[in-house]
This record gives sequence, C-alpha cells and structure tokens, in this order.
Amino acid sequence: MNAALLVFPGSNCDRDARVALTRACGHPPRDIWHTECSIPNDIDFILVPGGFTHGDYLRPGAMAARAPVTRALVAHAARGTAILGICNGFQILTECGLLPGALIRNTGIKFVARDVHLKVERTDTMFTRAYRESAIIRMPVAHMDGNYFADNRTLSKLNDDGRIAFRYTSDPHAADWVTSAILANPNGSIDDIAGIYNEQMNVLGLMPHPERACERITGSTDGAHLFTSLIEHLS
Amino acid sequence: MKAVIQVRLKNGVLDPQGKAIESALENLGFSGLENVRQGKLIEVDIDQVDPKDVRQTAEAMAKSLLANPVIETYNIEICEE
Repeated sequence: MNAALLVFPGSNCDRDARVALTRACGHPPRDIWHTECSIPNDIDFILVPGGFTHGDYLRPGAMAARAPVTRALVAHAARGTAILGICNGFQILTECGLLPGALIRNTGIKFVARDVHLKVERTDTMFTRAYRESAIIRMPVAHMDGNYFADNRTLSKLNDDGRIAFRYTSDPHAADWVTSAILANPNGSIDDIAGIYNEQMNVLGLMPHPERACERITGSTDGAHLFTSLIEHLS
Repeated sequence: MKAVIQVRLKNGVLDPQGKAIESALENLGFSGLENVRQGKLIEVDIDQVDPKDVRQTAEAMAKSLLANPVIETYNIEICEE
C-alpha cells in the first residue's frame, strides 16, 4: 500500500496516523502539505487526519475543504483511490462534497473525549473486510462537532444503498445496559451514524479514531483491522 | 461598498447553542422565550461601485464558502454609504 497523509495547519492526529500507517504498511506514508496542487499517481490510499484545521473557523473543515490539495483529493477520489477521513478529516470530506450531509455541534454542546462502541454495519468493503461480521468494536472519539446531520432523502438513500459504515451502539459487556444504551451515541448523530461511505464505496468518513486504537497500550486494537483491510484489498 | 451576509441554520437543523442561550436567558428572568437560534454575520468591504456587482460577488462568496447549503441559508444586504 502506498499511503499518503494530508497535513493542514491545525492537523493534530497526523502523527498518530503516521505511526499506525507505518506499523501497518512497514514503511511511512508520504506527507502531503495542504498547499500542494497534486497528489502523486502511485498513491493508492489517502488519509485525511483529525485535528482543528484552520482553527475550525467558520465551520469545522470549511477552509481545508477549499485548499489546493483538497482539489487533488477530489480528483483522486473520482479515479477510485481509497480515501479515509477521520474526525476533522470526515468534516473536510463532507465540506468538500465527497460525502453527503454535515457534522454539526454535539447535542450536549460539550467536547466529548471517551471510548465508544461501534457496530460494523458491513464487512464486504475495502475498509472493513478484516472485521468479523456484525462485529462490535471499541475506539475513542474526541470532538466538539460530530453530530451527523443529513436531510431525510439523503438519509434514506444512505440506508438503502448500504452506505452506513459504523453506528454507535452500547457496550455489549456493560453491567448496566440501560446507562450504556443512553451513553452509546456520544453526539446526537441522526440514526446513531458514526461513519459513512460515498456512492462508489471508495471514500469513508468516520468520527471515531481507528488510528488511536491500534496498539494494546492504548486500550484497544480494534482500529488496526481497518488498515489491515485496506492492505488486503490493495495488495 | 459593504456587503453584509447573514448565515442562518435551516429550520429543522438542531441548534444546541441556541438552546443553551435560551436557557441562560430564562435563568436571567426573561420569560416566554421560544426558538432561540444562533447564526453568523459576515461583513466585507468590496471594491466595486455598482450595488449589483457587489451583490453578485457576495452571492458567489456565500455559495462557495460562507454558507453550507446542507445546513444553512443566507441572506445578503448591501450598504451604500
């Protein structure tokens, strides 16, 4: 896998993503600065990391979505390159139109930083093939604007086309399942949506952080399978 | 000439900040409040003389960056002074 990592002013999850990608691929990804007008053709996976690009001014991801490198990203997406946007990266992908809908302020108006549980909605995509069918996985979220919103038409289209990638769900091992069910959705996302695919299924955006769940020392290794899936698919 | 672009959340889009403002106002003793919504106001001086041109420029800016059509609507006022 030839991975590239887009870096904007205010990206701050690029280091964790670089460690996860280096570990998964055996070699580091290529860093691409936001002012670059092109992304090399031999790149077959592009990661848009989390952070607070341009200080989240105007709307999270709004400025980054209009950067020169993002135009190159959109062109790569049209050619079928695998693209993953995590957290602020997901916000950038919705702002630039690669993914439908928008991510708005969490219903609790608070920054949420904790582990969540996710249901892997399907395991036949390039991003999820290494997961067990209907697996429930755990990884952290850390965001202020992760409340996924889409109008009813977009939402039913996403559902009908099988484009929901992950849904927030309760902890299957929780002693108190009522509390666990109430806490499952950390941000008020419509239909508990944590991640979605584009129509061609080569672009995935999600709010939780798989790159922070790749080593046992961080509490979960469930995120690593996402990178393993891509490597399996691309080799 | 100055263009003033007001950006509002569409009806039906949840506004937790508006809700927080509403409850803060109620805590201050204001009663009978409903539907507090928070928006944005962006002012920009544009070096053009014809108000039609200014409006067109402001319109293009709103469409390409200032408002996100998925969740927001906008409204433009031109101040001739």
